[in-house]
Amino acid sequence: MTILLVLTSLILISIAVWQLTKILELSKPADYDDSEIASDKDNDMQGKLMFLFLIFIYALTIFSFYQWGDVMLPESASVHGENYDNLLWFSFAVIFFVQTITQALLHYFAFKYRGNKKRKALFFADSTFLEGVWTIIPTIALAGLILYGLFTWVDIMTIEENDDALVVELYAQQFNWKARYAGEDGVLGDANVRFLQDFGGKNLVGIDPTDRNGDDDIVVQELHLPVNREVVFRIRSQDVLHSAFMPHFRAQMNAVPGMINQFAFIPNVTTEEIRLRPEIVEKVRKINKIRFDKSEDLVASGDFPLDPYEFDFLLLCNKICGASHYNMQMKIVVETEEEFNRWLDDQPTFKEFVQ
Amino acid sequence: MANRGNRRAKIVGTDIEIDITEKKDIVIESHDDDHGHDDNHHKETFITKYIFSIDHKMISKQYLITGLIMGIVGIAMSLLFRLQLAWPEESFGIFDVLLGKWATDGVMDPNVYLALVTIHGTIMVFFVLTAGLSGTFSNLLIPLQIGARDMASGFLNMISYWLFFISSALMIASLFVEAGPAAAGWTIYPPLSALPQAQPGSAAGMTLWLVSMAFFIASSLLAALNYIVTVLNLRTKGMTMTRLPLTVWAFLVTAIIGVVSFPVLLSAALLLIMDRSFGTSFFLSDIFIQGEVLHYQGGSPVLFEHLFWFLGHPEVYIVLLPALGIASEVIATNARKPIFGYRAMVGSILAIAFLSTIVWGHHMFVTGMNPFLGSVFTFTTLLIAIPSAVKAFNYITTIWKGNIQFNPAMLFAIGLVSTFITGGLTGIILGDSALDINLHDTYFVVAHFHLVMGISALYGLFAGVYHWYPRMFGRMMNKTLGYVHFWITAISAYGVFFPMHFIGMAGLPRRYYTNTNFPYFDDVANINVIITLFALLAGAAQIIFLYNFISSMYYGKKAEQNPWKSTTLEWTAPIKHIHGNWPGKIPHVFRWAYDYSKPGSKEDFVPQNVPLKKGEKELQH
Repeated sequence: MTILLVLTSLILISIAVWQLTKILELSKPADYDDSEIASDKDNDMQGKLMFLFLIFIYALTIFSFYQWGDVMLPESASVHGENYDNLLWFSFAVIFFVQTITQALLHYFAFKYRGNKKRKALFFADSTFLEGVWTIIPTIALAGLILYGLFTWVDIMTIEENDDALVVELYAQQFNWKARYAGEDGVLGDANVRFLQDFGGKNLVGIDPTDRNGDDDIVVQELHLPVNREVVFRIRSQDVLHSAFMPHFRAQMNAVPGMINQFAFIPNVTTEEIRLRPEIVEKVRKINKIRFDKSEDLVASGDFPLDPYEFDFLLLCNKICGASHYNMQMKIVVETEEEFNRWLDDQPTFKEFVQ
Repeated sequence: MANRGNRRAKIVGTDIEIDITEKKDIVIESHDDDHGHDDNHHKETFITKYIFSIDHKMISKQYLITGLIMGIVGIAMSLLFRLQLAWPEESFGIFDVLLGKWATDGVMDPNVYLALVTIHGTIMVFFVLTAGLSGTFSNLLIPLQIGARDMASGFLNMISYWLFFISSALMIASLFVEAGPAAAGWTIYPPLSALPQAQPGSAAGMTLWLVSMAFFIASSLLAALNYIVTVLNLRTKGMTMTRLPLTVWAFLVTAIIGVVSFPVLLSAALLLIMDRSFGTSFFLSDIFIQGEVLHYQGGSPVLFEHLFWFLGHPEVYIVLLPALGIASEVIATNARKPIFGYRAMVGSILAIAFLSTIVWGHHMFVTGMNPFLGSVFTFTTLLIAIPSAVKAFNYITTIWKGNIQFNPAMLFAIGLVSTFITGGLTGIILGDSALDINLHDTYFVVAHFHLVMGISALYGLFAGVYHWYPRMFGRMMNKTLGYVHFWITAISAYGVFFPMHFIGMAGLPRRYYTNTNFPYFDDVANINVIITLFALLAGAAQIIFLYNFISSMYYGKKAEQNPWKSTTLEWTAPIKHIHGNWPGKIPHVFRWAYDYSKPGSKEDFVPQNVPLKKGEKELQH
């Protein structure tokens, strides 16, 4: 029935448009210029609209920053993240400068040189000087950006594993994350998907039971990290591609079945500390207001209200991995060394767990 | 000298006068290919004229209309998933109607969300912007602008269209299989795309996707070879490579990139078919899924990513270069000025094409690829910004001190330059391996590539349609509807994709069915609503275009032979399409394609087939 109604109204609307165009056509004055080629009047009008469009682009930019600037990620919570943020804002400054100038030139020229019958365009086909200018300036700017970027990249990706570093395995599967700590020996036991079915399915990440290094490994569903200590992640997947994305730490690496990928960073803010930062307090307040409003609707319709939100670092899945890709995350808790050790001591080792 | 007396007649006159002039030289030159073809006299049946046509003009219309139909499907899909993103898990009647069992009670299922995203990407990139854009205009313009009777092989040309048609039909058919269409993202990374256990779309839907793409690749390879041979061999007398219009340069280079990179995608698709159906392990290793250890051992999904992006990145330029070529032509014609820096434009097309084949790794910075390799790809990627900047500045200089005629095509061409700059600049951020770490696969990427290659290339397509509609259909499109179409589209395109950068900067991953399943992204929900509203507006604007496109075919004002006062050869052919393009002799070329507002000539354009006046110098461009 709905389809019929929709179809009928669509047909009626098209008839209306058709009739309207006919009426407009019939009611045109005799001297009406009906060529479909832009007239001087069109050029004038469209040229002015081009200028308005420039204002629209600028206004949209300013509005977006004003209105949505606060949804952007907070300051980084890792040591390398500060370099990352500096590089990001430096690059943004460069592209904003270029964007502002080039859009202005493009739309202003379109406005200024809108055509008319009297005007004659300048025959200007070539200028080695001008072309040289806009080859060389971008080249210099890009050389700077490339060098700055590559230094940062090499700095982030070079993992100098010192003895002090904490080794953690991130283990991905459809649709959850697990983490494995190396335990007292500091060495992760060998692992493969072929061991997953051992111990009646209790071998959650497929640790090789014959490898003694694995006995004291600790498998958990919530990632705890000590602050100010290097963490080296070994990243695995048991089924499809996933990506370990920790946006607050400016960290990401894919989880690839059959491969062990690595990424390392030093978290430098605890969860407790970051919750007290004004920007985070404000973000949490905003989100809780949204959730409160939503809860009112839910309660009114007989549902349960939403839980209030508290800030936590997150590990998200950032590579399409199937139906529940959108809901594959793990909480990350950054805490002091003592808190971390206390927490880790409470977790059962692999040997304890499978018995 | 004989030509001189007829010159004025040729500028304002009809082609018959041209023929008279040119028949005089034919006696002297006896250029055998120049003779009029007999083809005009062949009796054509409905089938040979409209269906299995070997005439490049008809084939170009077939490409355009197939492309537009696929475009309607692709854009409609994006509107469906935008509804879901703005009002997650809410019930919509339209879902009930269109998605049926995949939207229980009108609520979209997560699997079908991923399927929509996947097929939207596939259709828009390959079917609309590769075949619909490059297929249409390469076919229409290459023979007409270089002065050839038809493509080098009309038969091969027909085959390539029909392979494309089969490919489109298969892709559409895949929407109706039991378990749903392919849903692994348009990049179809295995193992997700290889294992039906991983998601329902990886069963029969993915098989059809792969078969459809195999046909598509065959189609585009045949077409590309045809384009290359035609441009290199069938140029009319006087049409040297440096007198080619930039459109033809763009189509030629696009075809070359296609020949270089599409076979690699075919190999990737074949290997994936082997893994899926014949138990090989090219891309799979150590997999445990649905309670079962699979036998695959020793393959690597990263290998697939390399093979895929070896096509996938050049594909961006296969989509974009024809659009830029069209923009060059439209901007020069409507600014009534020569394109600024012709040689630099050709050089930058070549540079972009070369670089495009050695940057694919920038899609793979965080796949576990060696970080040193990442450094190399950062370097090559950011180099592309240089020829791109040259192009952008040359466009801006072309309109500087012009006499701009704001025909709808011109609006879209300027819009293209604008989105090309906005989208291209964020590429400098994403191409930087260090910055990509935290932006990879977020909405920032979605915003970037939609602006720089999606919207820009669509604008190129629209500019082309408005500009060459009189050439294709012999009638004019309505300009007022064209203006309305452009302004609504332009505003909504920025309205959709500008705010999307902010969602990306918030760290929101792409391809999430909903962003409100956990609280962290609750504050971006209202941005999603705004984006969806703009997307719906943009979708509605395309209805205006379709109305204009179809109704102008029947009721549009009859076109003059050269409505935009353009210099290129396609406007010297008669309005009525004949097989062989020119009734008499093929026009000869005496000058480059951009003699607009040249000092010393009465009109503000001098067509390419007008001989140089005594003492007139051809520009040393």
